[in-house]
Amino acid sequence: MPTSDDIALIGWNVSPMVRSTDKTEAQMLLEVITGAVEDAGITRKEVDFTCAGSCDYVAGQAFSFVQNIDAIGAWPPKRDSHVEMDGAWALYEAWLRLQMGDIDVAVAMGSGRSSTADPALIYPMEMDPYYLAPLGTDAASFAALQARALIDAGKVTERQMAQVAARCRRDAQGNPNAQVTGDFDVDALLADDYIRSPLRKHDLPPITDGAVAVVIARADKARELCDNPVFISGFAHCSELHYPGMRDLRSSPSTTIAAKSAGLEEAPVEVAELQSAFTHEEPLLVEALGLGVDVAINPSGGPLAANPIMATGLVRITEAAAAIRDRGKQRTLAHSTSGPCLQQNLVCILEGDDK
Amino acid sequence: MSHQPCAIVGIGQTHHKKARRDVSYAGLAREAALRALDDAQMAWSDIDAVVVGKAPDLFEGVMKPELYLSDALGANGKPMFRVHTAGSVGGTTGIVAAHHVETGRHQRVLAVALEKQSEGNAQFALGSGKGASIGAGGAFAPYMRSYMYRTGAPDDIGPMVAVKDRLNAIKNPYAHLKLKDIDLETVKASPMMWDPVRFLESCPSSDGACAVVFTDEAGGNAAAADGRPPAWILGSAVRSEPSSFPGRDPVRPQGAVDCAADVYSQAGITNPLEQIDCAELYVPFSWYEPMWLEAHDIAAPTEGWKMVERGDTALDGSFPVNMSGGVLSSNPIGASGLLRFAEAALQVRGMAGEHQVDGAKVSLAQAYGASAQYFSMWVVASSLDPFSN
Repeated sequence: MPTSDDIALIGWNVSPMVRSTDKTEAQMLLEVITGAVEDAGITRKEVDFTCAGSCDYVAGQAFSFVQNIDAIGAWPPKRDSHVEMDGAWALYEAWLRLQMGDIDVAVAMGSGRSSTADPALIYPMEMDPYYLAPLGTDAASFAALQARALIDAGKVTERQMAQVAARCRRDAQGNPNAQVTGDFDVDALLADDYIRSPLRKHDLPPITDGAVAVVIARADKARELCDNPVFISGFAHCSELHYPGMRDLRSSPSTTIAAKSAGLEEAPVEVAELQSAFTHEEPLLVEALGLGVDVAINPSGGPLAANPIMATGLVRITEAAAAIRDRGKQRTLAHSTSGPCLQQNLVCILEGDDK
Repeated sequence: MSHQPCAIVGIGQTHHKKARRDVSYAGLAREAALRALDDAQMAWSDIDAVVVGKAPDLFEGVMKPELYLSDALGANGKPMFRVHTAGSVGGTTGIVAAHHVETGRHQRVLAVALEKQSEGNAQFALGSGKGASIGAGGAFAPYMRSYMYRTGAPDDIGPMVAVKDRLNAIKNPYAHLKLKDIDLETVKASPMMWDPVRFLESCPSSDGACAVVFTDEAGGNAAAADGRPPAWILGSAVRSEPSSFPGRDPVRPQGAVDCAADVYSQAGITNPLEQIDCAELYVPFSWYEPMWLEAHDIAAPTEGWKMVERGDTALDGSFPVNMSGGVLSSNPIGASGLLRFAEAALQVRGMAGEHQVDGAKVSLAQAYGASAQYFSMWVVASSLDPFSN
């Protein structure tokens, strides 16, 4: 039963997910923030705190978030912050900020335009600059190492991975914002060449431009503004070692720790929206979270259908919230991740208001 | 307000230099963190969560370095959070870390802010890697010139600030610049960089890190009982405003005014000049000292420069500012905000060594960023109720 100290989502908006947009990040944010505050039935003036998640290297520019402040409407000056992390962590900071108790309404957002550069050139730069970055190993290559470890351990097969891709993109047909959708034949997918063995094209996420904004409020304010607030019942994140060679890539202990801290064990969830950008990550995360076969995984299509880096995680949270507000579920889970081979993981548990 | 008290029980910083070639990027972060843990008498295992702050990743060429820094900062199996709010980031990092404790989410949190500017070319990164950057000095010079025009301040005020901060830095073992022979004449004889700012009125480019350990009320009381005085956070605030629009006043930004009013209100401060014993303000270029004294309502509008001229802001003045030597003496950009916040805490803990202000009980810290549009501030004190008698 949510108390007055609990925080709820009361509105959100997701941009169209496209391979390449002609809009700036600020323009994308302008639209999703406007959409989110309208969804919440408020105006920007009523927002007490804003927090954005974005990445200079994705934007190709230092201080890129500074221009995005024009989308926030920070006049008069606003309480505001920015994380160089996925918007899911921006929501985490906003959630913490509202728990200070002095303000009621916050907006968190995430945005990224991955179309402006080649991810294979950008991602090696998030590795240890002395020993790993010089290898030029990109995210897909690290993912391939993890996929190989899982296959060798008998935890997943290439066919199961293709089935994940086919299912996600089939489910995404019902998602108006999805980028890659359709009915794919698993045998045809498996006939494709490897991009990074054992990963084929279908095992990789698309390159996506997109943004998302979420309005949250303290419980009393949320109930005042909204008939069906979606409460954050648990929220936690956890990191692990950076060096993939120091980790057991067949498991994701930081996901398990975050889930425990978020109280996943307390009751079953019906839907899980996971930031599994590579097909093999889905069974790995499902195991780390201990999800049963009755839990619907990524009914939105997930990151395999649209992967707006720096917004992908926060989109998962809006999808998990929509399952409650718009589709009658009671308890759902959203996950976000950062770093090579799922180095850092975040779990957000959402619940409907049991009035 | 429903939040819980938060105490600072550990502070550490690196020796700031133009290039710390003796340590890696992670080694720099760890050097500050280990000093803070040592000060707090804690081990890595005592820390529940880590918050990292730094300015643009382009400075070192490492994207989202909190991932790489996880190992060096003991974040395996713990939450690791990364803040980036331009030049104010060090301050905001401290505030976000404090929120982790004040909301009751965690008991002991480590904040680390850093910049290893020698890894890259800061000027190139400030220009977004596109070249042709006028740099921070070029961006701020018109604001400073406007301040001089508006207030009629004599030309020597900027150089006076530059001399004062560099003399303070000589007393700070961690400071980057140690300009022992500095005086008004040498400052005024130094090359004009961005009129009205001369070379010796400008901040250096430094490698450095700062770390702070935060804990809850019980932890703060335990440290105090053990003879290790904590600093208590009386209030913290952030404000942002857009870079540029008709009607914006960049000399006295509304965000700076509102941020100060917010933090004073939380701390129970109605007369900042009287109630605050000393302040660490983000002054990367000399003229920003009088500008912030006014924008934070410590001095009346157009009167800030008079405090400088009278020597009020000297270490032995009535309202000491930048006792550590400030940003003018050490500027690892991402760390500079937390260095201000940490110095304010050192002062009220009575642990500032040769640059200690006698009897400091309440101290203010501020950091700002981008086009003087991001602000973070906190007020710390030697007790939770410093104004009771």
